[in-house]
Amino acid sequence: MEKPKPVTQAAKILALAAVVLLVCVPFLVILSTSLASQREVIANGGWVLWPTDPTLKAYEDILDGGIVTHALGVSAGVTVIGTLLSLACTVTLAYALSRPGVFGGRPVLLLVLFTFLFPPGMIPSFLLVKELGLLDSYASLVLPVLVNVFNLVVLRGFFQGIPEELYEAARLDGAGDWRVLWSVVLPLSKAALAVVGLFYAVAYWNSWFYASLYLESDHWPLQQVLRTYVVAGSGITDTTTGEATVNAPQTVQMAVLVIATVPILLVYPFLQKYFTKGVLTGAIKS
Amino acid sequence: MAALLRERAGSTSATPSRPGPTRARTKRKGFHGRRRQTLFLLMLPGLVYFLVFHYGALAGNVIAFKDYVPFDGIWGSPWVGLGNFQRMFEDGAFWDATLNTLWIALLQIVFYFPVPLALALLLHTLTWSTVRRFVQSVAYLPHFISWVIVVALFQQVLGDTGLVNGYLGDAGLSTVDIIGNPDAFQPLVVAQVIWKDAGWGTIIFLAALSQVDEQQYEAAALDGAGPWRRFWHVTLPAIRPVVVLLLIMRLGDILSVGFEQMLLQRDAVGPETAEIIDTFVYYQGIVGGDYGFAAAAGLFKGVVGALLVYAANKVAHRLGEQGVYK
Repeated sequence: MEKPKPVTQAAKILALAAVVLLVCVPFLVILSTSLASQREVIANGGWVLWPTDPTLKAYEDILDGGIVTHALGVSAGVTVIGTLLSLACTVTLAYALSRPGVFGGRPVLLLVLFTFLFPPGMIPSFLLVKELGLLDSYASLVLPVLVNVFNLVVLRGFFQGIPEELYEAARLDGAGDWRVLWSVVLPLSKAALAVVGLFYAVAYWNSWFYASLYLESDHWPLQQVLRTYVVAGSGITDTTTGEATVNAPQTVQMAVLVIATVPILLVYPFLQKYFTKGVLTGAIKS
Repeated sequence: MAALLRERAGSTSATPSRPGPTRARTKRKGFHGRRRQTLFLLMLPGLVYFLVFHYGALAGNVIAFKDYVPFDGIWGSPWVGLGNFQRMFEDGAFWDATLNTLWIALLQIVFYFPVPLALALLLHTLTWSTVRRFVQSVAYLPHFISWVIVVALFQQVLGDTGLVNGYLGDAGLSTVDIIGNPDAFQPLVVAQVIWKDAGWGTIIFLAALSQVDEQQYEAAALDGAGPWRRFWHVTLPAIRPVVVLLLIMRLGDILSVGFEQMLLQRDAVGPETAEIIDTFVYYQGIVGGDYGFAAAAGLFKGVVGALLVYAANKVAHRLGEQGVYK
């Protein structure tokens, strides 16, 4: 093929540079503002693009016990436990539904896929959680969203792609279904498990709406605290002491924002690594 | 057929080697076959989850036909027939929310939908693969950021005291009033969706583009086709099925426009421009305590939405494309 014209090439590079800047600059602004002193932020009218005198004071303030520290612990706990539970239930269900001839396999598959077409709705789900007595428990953040249909379909598709000969070989060696899953299927599915696990982890970490529905404010995870501090711009009342925090200063708000973003940035390279393996594109296409 | 034979061969050869009671061996077809019992048990936790939290909640939709009294619970509350639906159809606020939903969905189809496609085409023609991968990595990232953070970032950049207005002010220009301005809200919502998901949206188009045989381009070039004609006759036919499918799916899902995104910002701009069906359900039910009425609105949306997805799928098949399900 002939070389593209330099003008078109330059236009392309310019457009892609614009994309990169549009994504990165907002993150740079919040990071810089969180590292600046409150005085500098006020002097500059609310934000800083490059702090002249960087300080970690905002981070020290919020990690020194108190609402944000507690919220960070809640988010981390819910994310870790939720991801493990979700993965366990998704893997077992996907595995059972990927093997031929399991008792009730076909109806269960249809039952599961139907929920994709017809979600139950916010109000009935809320009342169900209430009637089950899960209000103001951390279980309410995990149990109602335990298995995601999309993740289930991804894993089932992946399990079905494992050559039948391997199942046979394992069976010849006398392995039962449980053993086949543990020693054959799971080790072969590391990429798919990583993607699905990370998807669950990101979803749990990012979740705030259920917390706002089900939990008292002193049990809130980080995203819901962030929502109240930054998006709504108000303080949070501690229900046990009745003490209300005042509006957090801008640097502190931005520090919370950074802390809420960092875990995503940390797992992102791992997620990224598996995109290329076609786990997802294969699943999306099917 | 081959799979069936393999399956049969596998089970006959495996059975004798497996220890266990004779019953399990002879009654392989039924529930008591040992391997199926294990599989069934493995299926149970997930199945129980779907039965309780999806079908249990789905059954809870009966309150749409009741006047929900918290003390009496879902089953004890009195029936009101279609009363909630009648109220809903007579409620101007419900129709305003429906119109807002449709209008924002339409804005997204017109202004968001082409962006991932354009970006994918741009990335696809980029020959420098390191740059390409870098841009892809950066562009996918916002998809994984929560809506809380996205809305907060937009406030920091476009708000009264934000980055853009700071520069405009320094340059002596008039500042822009975007955040908290009802007139600017709907375009803002579309811009946020573009920022968050346009990069991620390229994945499916890039996958389709990568299926195109490089030789087709070379053959077209040899036949004297310029870049534009190659695009028209080689690239476009390759991605057309995906584009049509995604468009139809979006039309089927037209009653949903980012509940979390809207809920986060509704209070700042007011319900006139920011109320959608989902937030209507939230404010009537969770905030207002009118559960039966809110559930009726939610059920209405669920039923119409499912019918739309079903219809969209039919249309996709009619057009000779693969649907979401068969």
